[in-house]
Amino acid sequence: MLHPADILHSRCPWRFLVLTLAVLCWPLMGVAEPGAMLSDGLMGGALTRLAQAQPTATRPAESGTTAPAQPSLRILPIHQAKFLAGARFDFRIEADHLAVKPTVWEVTVAGQPLTAFFGTQGQITHTTGTSQEQTLRDVTLTEPGTYTVSAKVVAGETTLTKTVTYEVVAAKPTARQARNVILFIGDGMSLPIRTAARIVSHGLTEGKYNAMLEMDEMDAYAAVTTSGMESIATDSANSASAYATGHKSVVNAMGVYPDNTKNPNDAPRVETIVELVKRTRHMAVGLVTTAEIQDATPAAMFAHTRRRAEYLAIMDQYLHPPQMADVIMGGGSASLLPQSTPGSRRKDNRDLFKEFEAKGYTTVTTRTELAAAGAPDKLLGLFQLGTMNVYLDKAVFKKGAVLKQFTDQPMLWEMTEKALGVLEKNPNGFFLMAEGGLIDKQAHPLDWRRTVWDTIEMDKAVGVAKKWATAHGNNTLIIVVADHAHSMSITGTYWEGDGKKGREAVRVYGEAQFPDYRDADGDGFPDQVDVSRPLAIHWANHPDYYENYTVFDEPIAPTVKEGERWVANAQRAGADVLQPGNLPASESNAVHTVEDVPLTASGPGAEQFHRTIDNTEVFFAMANALGLDARQGKSPFVAER
Amino acid sequence: MSRRLGISLACCVVALTALGISLHWLPVGARQVWRQSENTLQFSELYAGGGARGLVLSAKLTSLHSKRVVMAGYMAPPLKPALDFFVLTRVPLALCPFCASDAQWPEDIVFVRMPPGQTVKPTAAPVQVVGRLDIGTKTDAATGFVSLIRIEAEQVAVVR
Repeated sequence: MLHPADILHSRCPWRFLVLTLAVLCWPLMGVAEPGAMLSDGLMGGALTRLAQAQPTATRPAESGTTAPAQPSLRILPIHQAKFLAGARFDFRIEADHLAVKPTVWEVTVAGQPLTAFFGTQGQITHTTGTSQEQTLRDVTLTEPGTYTVSAKVVAGETTLTKTVTYEVVAAKPTARQARNVILFIGDGMSLPIRTAARIVSHGLTEGKYNAMLEMDEMDAYAAVTTSGMESIATDSANSASAYATGHKSVVNAMGVYPDNTKNPNDAPRVETIVELVKRTRHMAVGLVTTAEIQDATPAAMFAHTRRRAEYLAIMDQYLHPPQMADVIMGGGSASLLPQSTPGSRRKDNRDLFKEFEAKGYTTVTTRTELAAAGAPDKLLGLFQLGTMNVYLDKAVFKKGAVLKQFTDQPMLWEMTEKALGVLEKNPNGFFLMAEGGLIDKQAHPLDWRRTVWDTIEMDKAVGVAKKWATAHGNNTLIIVVADHAHSMSITGTYWEGDGKKGREAVRVYGEAQFPDYRDADGDGFPDQVDVSRPLAIHWANHPDYYENYTVFDEPIAPTVKEGERWVANAQRAGADVLQPGNLPASESNAVHTVEDVPLTASGPGAEQFHRTIDNTEVFFAMANALGLDARQGKSPFVAER
Repeated sequence: MSRRLGISLACCVVALTALGISLHWLPVGARQVWRQSENTLQFSELYAGGGARGLVLSAKLTSLHSKRVVMAGYMAPPLKPALDFFVLTRVPLALCPFCASDAQWPEDIVFVRMPPGQTVKPTAAPVQVVGRLDIGTKTDAATGFVSLIRIEAEQVAVVR
């Protein structure tokens, strides 16, 4: 190809014309090359070249646990761990970053050598090449009391010592024993979210609520702490695991303590409430959620993994008899379909629907099928490939682009009612966890309406459970609790009636008056979502986003990614009130907050909840109410993975 | 001097006229492809039904297998400043399923692989992809990403 300089220096009389053409056409010469197209197209705008020649890089691997570089010694379970006498667990001691192999490895429990105390020496490993571990699978502490575990490791010049203490308790039977436990978890449902649901659902007259929520009208009230073993801020895996096991862990972990291996599914386990009630009492178990059944909260009730995203491993555990629930409902069917089926997320051709059916489960996939299912012995209801849709989308807006094929999804209260009808058949009682899983999933993108309407949906499920308990002997402990907080807060109301807009239309103190939601049909939800004086909601932590105080008839992400930064998404309609972010620009959504969360409870054992308690105590309160004796029954850990 | 200037101006007029033609010609070539409606594919056209036990691929989707298609959407949040592949979504995602432990992919996504040796800059703007459609479950050798619907891209452009 001729260069413009060659043309200029030629003797051709048309060189200026040729040069002009050449220069003006120069940028177009590469257009025909693949990946370098510049043109307008179907979407009507101008197109800009994106493709460019750069070296191909591989996707970085997920980062693992960051270990300190100094020699260190870790004992798992951790210091101050509390056990129900007889509960099963894996014991592990890790010495990391050693210059040489240890020559002294002394571990004692209650003054006895470790091997003698537990009757096994377990397995010695060297995971990293500079580490040594000893793992004793499936052990237990059967006698109540305080246990001291001491370790001494000598490796070359390095001497490491560590001492931890454990508390082992037997269940303290409450004045009246519970036959059943229903644990409602409003994911991220902090106190202001409950208040907003009450205002929107019932309204006030001259300052007094016209009615309280079902979750308000309970016998006991407590505040619950939420922090994990490594951080004040937690996630739904770690926090639900505290309720399910009585043990603290770390973000992304459930039913395990974090170890130094890369395999997320070999971490040392602690027994879960599902495993306990099944092996010691042969109780029925139900797990119901509006999220995916593999999501953190339902999975933490029975599963053991360091990494909550291990959906396929979690599905394997769903099918492991000691962990198997009798009723499983929610979204997430994509992890059950063979990979050859469109919509599957599996990496093999197993059909888990068929595997559940072979184990006696009745399977349903729509609200209509659920209603027609009667009361089978075992029920698997999966109503979405992924997360189920929120109340506002499945029951109010019903947009085809949002619901797609999933136009017939049940409400949480319908799933709860059906679950109770199945579980009540077991003469040994049941444990049911029902989760309003999308309260959190809508709080993250700062969509307060979807958050609050889903809280009302869960409140109706609480009402169903209370009514059922009253009709069935008042021997069911019902707990309603969040797993962590979000920073949503109610400032007052928002009103444009005098022509003000944006922040100037936020009404505070006396000017806030009362929102004008009305529930003429008495279904618990306002008849109109878009009222003239809605709540004015603000968030304490957020990325850059637009707060326009309007209703979106489909979910809209608050941010989009530009380079390494998440910036406000202009698609939030009427996007004119930018809220400058106060989180690092690497955060795309609001994040969990650290405040205590409210818990309300009714039924036998509810009296245990009356002050500020650690989140692990919710587990022991359930064990006390049921009078669980964890020394009974065979270990659920016998089938090693 | 004035004659030379006049000639130059005339040359410029001729050049710009010719350029106008050339600017028109090149995009027209592209438009001719993109205007063939059977070769444009919308996210709403991927599936013809189904439900929690699996989706049903639409007749339009399957009829375009191995053919050149045009599809518009958004790039899923990437991990890197330059990508040799990306995931095309119907709406922008504010979670990164590649990197977040609590985010999963929606079912209506298309895996887009760039031509060998080429990468693409991530963008939050809508993008348009032109390339060969490939249907059927496949695991990408380089990334391990399992996909059902893919486009081997010839061109990727952002819509401003």
